[in-house]
Order: sequence, then C-alpha cells, then structure tokens
Amino acid sequence: MKIIKPALAGTLESSDAQVSVEPSTDGLEVSIESSVMNQYGRQIKATVMETLGRLDVTSGRITVIDKGALDGTLKARVECAVMRSESTSEAGIPWGGAIR
Amino acid sequence: MIPRPKPEKFRLRRTMMFMNAQKPGLLKDAYIYGSDSIILDLEDAVAENQKDAARFSLYHAMQTIDYGNTEVIVRINGLDTPHWREDIRCVVASGADGIRIAKCESADDVHQVEAATLAAEREFGLEEGRTLLMAALESPQGILNAYEIVTASDRLFGCAISGGDFRKSMHVRIEKGGIEMLTARGMMLLAARAAGVQCFDTMFPNIDDMEAFREEVVQNRQMGFDGKSIVSPRQIRLVHEIFAPTAKEIAYAEKLVRSFNEQADSGIGVYTVDGKMVDIPFFEDARRTLELAKACGVYDGDL
Repeated sequence: MKIIKPALAGTLESSDAQVSVEPSTDGLEVSIESSVMNQYGRQIKATVMETLGRLDVTSGRITVIDKGALDGTLKARVECAVMRSESTSEAGIPWGGAIR
Repeated sequence: MIPRPKPEKFRLRRTMMFMNAQKPGLLKDAYIYGSDSIILDLEDAVAENQKDAARFSLYHAMQTIDYGNTEVIVRINGLDTPHWREDIRCVVASGADGIRIAKCESADDVHQVEAATLAAEREFGLEEGRTLLMAALESPQGILNAYEIVTASDRLFGCAISGGDFRKSMHVRIEKGGIEMLTARGMMLLAARAAGVQCFDTMFPNIDDMEAFREEVVQNRQMGFDGKSIVSPRQIRLVHEIFAPTAKEIAYAEKLVRSFNEQADSGIGVYTVDGKMVDIPFFEDARRTLELAKACGVYDGDL
C-alpha cells in the first residue's frame, strides 16, 4: 500500500510521539528524531518498521518525532497516522489483527 | 498482550480515577497510585478530532502495560454520537475490565451497549459476559429511571452520578452541604441498593480544596455510597481512609458477631450488646463491616 494522502497523529508532549506520513517518490523513507536516540534509536526504528509492515505500507515518507514514547505509544501513533491517511481510522479497525 | 484475570462484578471500588486515554504520559503509570479502579476516558477528555487516536492509544496501553489489581474501566462516548460502537469494539478487544456508559437514561441504553458488547466478545473470541458495565447517570431522566437502568443487565455492577452535567440540567451549582444533589444522590442510592448493585458519587472538581472534599466524602459514606469518582491521585488516600471502617466500628462488629454465634447456639433471637438492643440485621451489618475492613486491609483479627 502506498501513502497517498498526508496525515498526522500524536503530539510533542513528553512520553508521546508525533508521526506524519506523506507520499514518497522513492519507496519507503523513514526518518526518526528522538530525545533518546542514542539509547533507543534502534528499537524505535524496529518498532516503526514492524508496524508499517503489518499495515502493509510499501511506499511513503514517514517522519517520527519521539519524545520518549513507549513501544505501544509508537505503534498507536504510526497506526493512527497511516489509517488517517487512508480515511479508515474511525471505524472497523482490525483490533488484534493488523493492529496488535 | 498482558493477560488480565476475569473481571469481578463485586469488588472494592472506593476510588475510580479518571484518566485521559489519549495521553500516553498518564496511561503508562496509572496503576502506581493505588486507586481501586481507573477509568480511561474516550469521552469528554478527548477532543472530537482525536477520538480515533485515543482508541489506538487505549488498545496498546492494555496490550503493553500491566495494570495488575487495578481495575480498568473505559468511559465510552454517548449513544448519540458516531463513536460509541467503535469504542466498544476497541474496549472489548483490548481486554479492559468494563465499560462506563456515559449519559445513561434508560434500560434501552444499557441494552444497546450490552448487545454491542456481546457482539464484540464474539467477534474477538472473548468469553461471553466477561466485560462488565456501569451506568453514569447525568440527567434528571437518568435519575428517575435509575432502577430500570441498574436492573437492565447482569453485567451491570453499579451506577454513578455525574455531577457536572446533572447540576447544569438542574440549574444549580455546587453548594456546601450538597443540598443541590441530595435528592438525586438519595434516589440513585435507593435504586442501587434495591437492585443489589454498587453506587458511586460524582467527582469533586476543586482539587486544591481538600477540606470541602473531605466534607463531601464523609457525607458520601454517611449516605451509603460504595465509592467515588476522582480526578487526581491526591484524592485517593483521603477517600480510602474515610471509607474504611474505624477501629471502634471493627471492635463493635467483632463483638456482635462473636455474641451472635453464642446466642444463636443457645436459641436466643433478640438481646442486648453494650446496652443496645440487637437482632439479625445488626449481625449482617457487622459481617459487612468486617468484610469491608478486610478488603481495606485494616483488619487483623480472626473472624
């Protein structure tokens, strides 16, 4: 699935993350900025990639600004941004399926 | 996923603390404060354009955070909104313990939520009947229909009055002594006791006025409430103290229960303890006092 419509989820508050998705001309581009990049950068990236994989995102520019979010929060923000972009975030969510 | 034990319909619920389900900073350590229950809010605390985000946030909080013995209830959006059905799917799939029905006004409201909850339990393969319900009464109509509401479902463990909306619809403000809500509180308590469910008072919004808060909690206990909605961890300790039986109450309850066992063996019904006439209802009350003392962790006797 390709990101076509830009969308945003999350905030810049402590313990949160802000995730924006936009169309890309160059496949999947993921950029991460984090207040704890040195300690957790690799884990944040892994969680973001895994979540994008479950949502079947193959193309898009994904920007994550992390403010010390737990794994679950990262997932929640990525999922919400991607599904907002597809206009599917409001109902019929595959809880326990692609969302887990 | 963090496995949670099957929710208990009747358990200690002295404090039910509201938390915005959209705020990760609040969700991650909500269990450390020691309130008996937390209420993760998808309703008024969440802006209209963040309802979707709050659900993802709630779902993953339940998958990754171990709330332990703290009960997790979720307040869903009203039945007059486009949100409540997805709220219920999310809550049930997340494995939360129960649903607080906002602005509940009739048995039919409870039936609608119950049907959607059952459908979600089937969809996500959870044990049918697992998810508990509670009703928030926020309008004169809700109070007048309290009995039909609290008897509308086996899942329903209790009801709570929600003071903000209720006072607005009655054209009154918070008054010292609580006269503006006395009738409503009393009617709701009657309905809850008649139905054998629990009853909770509204939250007290002025977090800095601990003296007025104390007065309200003391009155809550005197009226027979089981617990109270709260909005700050700072309010927990006071409520737990006031709702726990005192040492004097415990000592008297012990004396009653012991003497009852003796008298019953010798075939006596009514008699006196410390110069006061006592009979069967007194013992039931004494046993309840001891049960509550045990649940509150303030009993170290052997009864």
